[in-house]
Amino acid sequence: MAGVAVSTTINGDNVEYLCQPDETLLDVLRDRLGLTGAKEGCGTGDCGACSIILDDRLVCSCLVLGAEAEGRRVETIEGMAHGDKLHPLQQKFLEHAALQCGICTPGFLIAAKDLLAKNPDPTEEEIRFGLAGNLCRCTGYDKIVRAVQDAASVMKGA
Amino acid sequence: MRYIRPLSMEDAVGQLAGSSGTAAILAGGSDLLVRMKGGFIEPDLIVDIKAIDGLGEIRETAEGFSIGAAVSCALMGESVALNREWPGVVEAAKLIGSKQVQGRCTIVGNLCNASPAADSVPALVAAAARALIIGPGGRRTVPVEAVPTGPGKTSLAKGEIIEAILLDRRAPRSGDAYLRFIPRTEMDIAVVSAGVNLTLDEQGVVKSARVSLGAVAPTVLLVEEAAEALIGRKLDEAALERLAKVCSGACRPIDDKRGTVEFRRKVAGVLARRAATTAYARAGGK
Repeated sequence: MAGVAVSTTINGDNVEYLCQPDETLLDVLRDRLGLTGAKEGCGTGDCGACSIILDDRLVCSCLVLGAEAEGRRVETIEGMAHGDKLHPLQQKFLEHAALQCGICTPGFLIAAKDLLAKNPDPTEEEIRFGLAGNLCRCTGYDKIVRAVQDAASVMKGA
Repeated sequence: MRYIRPLSMEDAVGQLAGSSGTAAILAGGSDLLVRMKGGFIEPDLIVDIKAIDGLGEIRETAEGFSIGAAVSCALMGESVALNREWPGVVEAAKLIGSKQVQGRCTIVGNLCNASPAADSVPALVAAAARALIIGPGGRRTVPVEAVPTGPGKTSLAKGEIIEAILLDRRAPRSGDAYLRFIPRTEMDIAVVSAGVNLTLDEQGVVKSARVSLGAVAPTVLLVEEAAEALIGRKLDEAALERLAKVCSGACRPIDDKRGTVEFRRKVAGVLARRAATTAYARAGGK
């Protein structure tokens, strides 16, 4: 199989890579670019652990081909903190202990970031529906929802 | 496997028509990539249609709306005009998958995946939506219900692509609605679903109606007898009773782990009734 040459932007940086035509963007991020924050849970778009933002849209990177990223803008969990300064969502996930094993956490953070970008003041119900595409098998979601609520109020005040 | 990203419909059609082996069209990929991952399909050629000019747009035309094949359901949800004129179509499109899937999935993909339980299809059938098809022989337009012919099968010929879904401009006093039953609150596949599209006269009498049912037959059903139960009447209890009875009777469901035949028949009537009530209210009926 011939490789596909891709030129894209990831977390603000220009990135070029070669990938196979059937290779997912998730595999490219993890295996070719060393960006292992996005996780593969199911590989079929059900669990949200591989969530990224592609041209301002929240998507599962397991359901995007690496070749499709050509000329587009990719945001991953690695671009969420500014240096050592955590994003308010990351800070609040820590404070509320909104994680146990951590596998779902990058996906939840990206999905929550996208949610708050579009709806800065969500109700609890809107948060629960907004994060329905992310599965967590440890915490039972309550702490995650509270962390997002708390982050939303911090971000509104900022 | 080859991946190509043509810039014109003509090029895409030519590549598909000239391909040997298995070719797949890629828009949102939320079905295709899952099928590839599961080993159900190994395409020799993937034709990504998202770079084709205009395919990612919802256009308002003199006749109504043209929703391009690469328009994500999330984008449909953000279209004020589409929400105003076809709220039932939009609510159906917005039920597909999660936020993540919404950002990618398309109603053309939903139609061409040809699942009997597809959420957007009953709403499109009720809305009398048409599919604009381009192929080696030129363009043609068909009612959306003519596209799926059975689970996973469509009437599209080799080299044909659905370019857009066309929806008419609304007559005054019109409304549509879509409802589905799932055992969860979110992120599930319809066990039964119903779409209703109504236009009323000035007295609130139903002038025209289309009623569709999903997940109760190999393809989405357009139930003409159900529409007849509503036409010429206000939405009184007798009309709703008759609608529910006809819809239950029209079902040809299977028994499976998601629902029994008996359950699906009953719920089809209940959902049609509730969708009709919502569509009627949206049309301004009291």
